[in-house]
This record gives sequence, C-alpha cells and structure tokens, in this order.
Amino acid sequence: MDFATLIQILDSTVRLATPLLFACLAGLFSERAGVFDIGLEGKMLAAAFLSAAVAAITGSVWLGVLAGIFASLLLAGVHGLASITFRGNQLISGVAINFLAAGLTVLLGQKWFGLGGRTPPLTSGGRFESITLPFADSIAPLPFIGPIYSELISGHSILVYLAIALVPASAWLLYRTRFGLRLRAVGENPAAVDTAGVSVIGIRYAAVAICGVLCGLAGAYLALGLAAGFGKDMTAGRGFIALAALIFAKWRPWYALGATMLFGFLEAVGNRFPSIDLGLFAIPSQFVQALPYIITVVILAGFIGKARPPLAGGQPYVKER
Amino acid sequence: MSAMPKWADAVLVPLISLLIAFVISGLVILAIGEDPVAAMKLMVTGALGSTYGWGYTLYYSTNFIFTGLAVSVAFQTGLFNIGGEGQASLGGLGVALVCLFVPWPHWSMAFVAAIVMGSLFGAAWAAIPAYLQAKRGSHVVITTIMFNYIAAALMIYVLVTVLRPTGAMDTASARFDASLKLPRLGDILGMVGIPFNNRNPANISLIVALIACVGVWLLMWRTRLGYQLRAFGKSEQASVYAGINPVRITMYAMLISGGLSGMMAINTVMGEAQRLLLNSVEGAGFIGIAVALMGRSHPVGVLLAALLFGFLYQGGAELALWTTIPRELIIVIQALVILFTGAMDNMVRRPVESLFLMLRKGKA
Repeated sequence: MDFATLIQILDSTVRLATPLLFACLAGLFSERAGVFDIGLEGKMLAAAFLSAAVAAITGSVWLGVLAGIFASLLLAGVHGLASITFRGNQLISGVAINFLAAGLTVLLGQKWFGLGGRTPPLTSGGRFESITLPFADSIAPLPFIGPIYSELISGHSILVYLAIALVPASAWLLYRTRFGLRLRAVGENPAAVDTAGVSVIGIRYAAVAICGVLCGLAGAYLALGLAAGFGKDMTAGRGFIALAALIFAKWRPWYALGATMLFGFLEAVGNRFPSIDLGLFAIPSQFVQALPYIITVVILAGFIGKARPPLAGGQPYVKER
Repeated sequence: MSAMPKWADAVLVPLISLLIAFVISGLVILAIGEDPVAAMKLMVTGALGSTYGWGYTLYYSTNFIFTGLAVSVAFQTGLFNIGGEGQASLGGLGVALVCLFVPWPHWSMAFVAAIVMGSLFGAAWAAIPAYLQAKRGSHVVITTIMFNYIAAALMIYVLVTVLRPTGAMDTASARFDASLKLPRLGDILGMVGIPFNNRNPANISLIVALIACVGVWLLMWRTRLGYQLRAFGKSEQASVYAGINPVRITMYAMLISGGLSGMMAINTVMGEAQRLLLNSVEGAGFIGIAVALMGRSHPVGVLLAALLFGFLYQGGAELALWTTIPRELIIVIQALVILFTGAMDNMVRRPVESLFLMLRKGKA
C-alpha cells in the first residue's frame, strides 16, 4: 500500500466516521444522564429521510438539516415520554422507535415521491459541497504535508468539521459547566441531584433533546453529505455501531472520537479491499464488516479495559414520597 | 392487595394499549391518503377469507409463536433477548446442514434431527451473550444486538463461499432432497376430512409450535427450573439469597430462548423454502418482541398475539398487492404495538388503576 492509497483510505475514514461521531456523542449525552438509547439508529434514519425529502423539495440544504433535526427530535420526544414520564422500559422504547422509523420512512417516502421509499436524487444546491480550506491548493504540491493537508484535512463538507468541533465542545459542556456536572450526576445518582433541588426530569429531558439534535445531524449528514438522497434503510446499522463505539469509548467524548475513527477506518478498509489476502489465507470481507461488532463484544466482556456504564442508566427515577 | 383485579391486569390493559396502537395505525393509513376501513376489510378477506389466506396466516404465526416464546422465556427471567433474529438464522444453518448432508430415509427422521439441530445452533448463538452476561456482567441487550450483525455477516460468508452450489447465481444453498418435503397443513387436515387449501406453506411445524407452547407453560409453571427462572426474573437478589445460582439460571434462560428461536427455522427453511436463503428470518426475530410484550410473556398470550401478527403479516402482504400501501405498514403497526404495550404501558395502567381504586372507594 503506497502513501497515496493510505491518504485516500484515511480521507474516507473521516467521511465515514462523521455520522458515527454525531450519533456516538448523541448517545453519550443521553446515556450519561441515565437514559439508555438503542433508538439512535431509528432517529438517524428518520432524520436522513426528512432532511433528504425537504432538501429535494426546497432545494435548500440547510432547510433539509433543520427538517432532519425536527424528525429526530420528534422521536426523541417519544423516547423521553416513554422512558422519563411514563417510566417505561428504555430498551423496549428504543426498539419501538427503530421500527417506527424503519416503517414510517418508507410509507411516507412512497406516498410523497412514489419511488419505492427513496427520495429523488439531490442536485448541487440540495446537498453539502466540500469546503476547500485556505492555502489547500498552494500547499498541495509539497511532499508528505501537501496531500495530508489538501486531501485529508481540507475538502470535507461543513458537517464533518462541525462533528469534530463538537468533541471538545461536548467535553467542555460535560466536565466544565454546571449543566454538565448535573447531567453526569443524574446518570449516576439522581436522588442526590433531586435532593439538591434540581429537577431530574428536566435534566433528563434536556439530555434526550441534545441526543435528538445530534442524531438529526448524523442523519442529515448521511443523506445530504455522504449520499445524495435517502434510500430505504440507509443507516444500515450505523446507529448500533455508534452505540458500540460509545461503549468502546467508555462514555467519554475524546475517546468517542478515537472509537468512531477506528470504526470508520474499518469501514473504509472494508470498502477499499473486498478481501484481504494475507498469503496463507484470505480474510473475507464479511469478517472486516463484522469487526466493529466483534470488537464491541470483546470490550464488553472486559478483556480490554473495563467499560463501566453510568450507574443509574436504564432506571426510571421515582421521587420518594 | 393490588389496585386492580387480575383480569384487568392481564387482559384489559393490553387490550386498551392494543386499541391505541391500532387507532394510530389507522391514522397513519389516513395520512397516506388511504381508507383505513377499506384497508381493514381487505386485510380480513385476504388473510382470513379463504383457507388459502388462513394457510399463510398460520404459516407466519408459526414463526412468531417460536420467536415470541423465545423472547418471553427470557423476559420471565428478567433478560431482554433481542438476538432472536441472529439465533433464528443460525438455527436455519443447523437445519440446512442436517438436510443437505445426511441421506435421510424418511422425512420424519430428518424433521426430528432438524428440530434438534435448529435449536442447538440457535442455543449456541445465544450461549456467548449469555455467558458474558452471567460471568462478566456485559449487558445482554447490547451483546445480542452485536450478535445479530455478526450472524448476518457469517450467513453471507457461509452462503456465498461455502454452501452456494458452483455456478448458482443467487446466494442460497442447494435445494434439499425432494423426499424431505414436510407434510402441508392441507395434507394433514385432509386426512381427517377437513378440506383445506394446499397451495400455501403452512405445515406440520405449526403442531411443533403448539407443543412448544404447552412445553414452555409446563416448564415455567410446573417445574423447579421454571420456578427458579421466574423467581430470578422477579428479584435477582432475593433468588440468589434463596440459593439460586445466577450464572446457571442466566445460561439456562438464554439457551432455552435461543433454542426456541432457532427452532423457527424448521418452518421457514425446511417447511417452506426447502433450501437456506439469505435473510430467511425476515424480521420474525424482532416481531417476537412485540408478540411477547403483547402476550404478557405467557404462552396463551403469545399464541394469541402470534395469530394476530400472522394475520397482520398476511393481510399486509395482500394490502401491498392490491393497494399502494407498502408492506412496511406492518413494521409501523409492530412498532406501535411494542411502544404502547411495552414502553408506554404505564400510560394506560395508571388511569385504569385509579379508576378501579375510585370504584372500590365508592363501594366501601
């Protein structure tokens, strides 16, 4: 493998990791506040659909993003209602949301566009253009640094840079602000937060809403940045890979960046090399595709560092009377 | 003393939840510009109007009985097994191997072997998540989801590179020997003089599914193991204090659950397709979740819920055939049933509870 190929693979790693990073940070906020969310997949799917539909009709990519966030927030609201207000099982609610999105996107897509669940392909105004960073063209001829800057760092859509900027932003919000402290406390010991006179319900709804916004961005990027339109079931398990990355990252923002980049890299390698020939035997592509899931199971088993979920995760909060 | 009589808890609350789910489904049909009443009529005639329709309904129901029982056994033990999809596809692999590579003299022997192999393969696929949950505390929900994806990749690999006959175009195994065809429901009912359409895939696996219902009931409510499983599901701490081994119980619950999921493959792989297809499970593993939630994890409830979903599935196929409503409507209905009977249970339960409390106060 030569340098140019490596740059290409890393370039597509960044692109493929972006939706995972958005979704992983989304799950991070929700789960750090004690609300498990296996409905990331469904929220992303709904966002991808509505953003592509609105962008196709209006021709505006930003209206599309807003619509995607709206769709995702709607489902996040359902999840909040079920798991916070009605104290239902958060896992079951997540499963329901995934199916709701899988069904409704096709139903509405067929009704609106009649293309078997797809949205019309987006033209230039309706999807994100890549941004060329300053000096990219002038630095490009330089050896080594040139390709790294002009191909790997420059030339992505704005959402890619936003996703990466969200990592320090999330870390700051979680560890350096009062809201972040409360959010983490609600996920570990809600009774203590309640005693301090802070609304557990309020903080949890806020966390679920942040999760909705971020999933919306993840879905919008899928439909408007990575692809040019919505296709039936286009998330293809990315919500669950993001969940896997979240566990791998031990529910921490900077680790989330590393984990999603690793899983993005695996996907990029899998796309580039259908099967990897090691001389003695060939690794089938299916194995590379399944690797994120296998890694997650190994991590969950505690063989590579112990992942400890938030203590109050999954439990509805009942105020003492 | 609980706030509600038992019948209200077991029947009334699920029925109200179900009603809400269906009303919203009707609204969804309205929203996409179709007539819900006409759609319902079409579903009823398509699924229940002829023995042909009934055959398909019962064929789908057979799948859902197996996966519903699988989820419910795990639920009773306090475990949420979302891995039915993966376990059932591995069960399909077991059934296919036994049908492809052993020269059986009679279908009945192959059938017994297929039941054993299907459930063994399904149980084996549930064993790793079970062990990790029991021994290392890794959450079984996440690991079973991961195992669904690993199973999907494994099945593609097996079908593309191992089981696909050379020169064949589609990713599927070779056809089983013609002598291994299972008796269709029409044949069985024909023997006792009941005329039943024979051009549908309902087969003898339905009877196995019904036996499994009785078996699960006996296991859960009439044996020591069943008592331990349910006790563990009610309170892990109390049951451990009472001397129940948590590792053993978790393993048993997941192995039984995986085995039941895997057994589903006798119906789809051996009963219908007569070869192993890619994605032979078609979401039945997930529908099992809705079935178990609706059936309150009781075999009788699971049987009724599986019949309902069999009807929805066949009715939905008819809808897709005659109207512009896509098949995905069923996924929406399934989602709403899971949402209202599972996650939003308290939304219905609390008002009903206070209603009963009011009634009792009025009497006193």
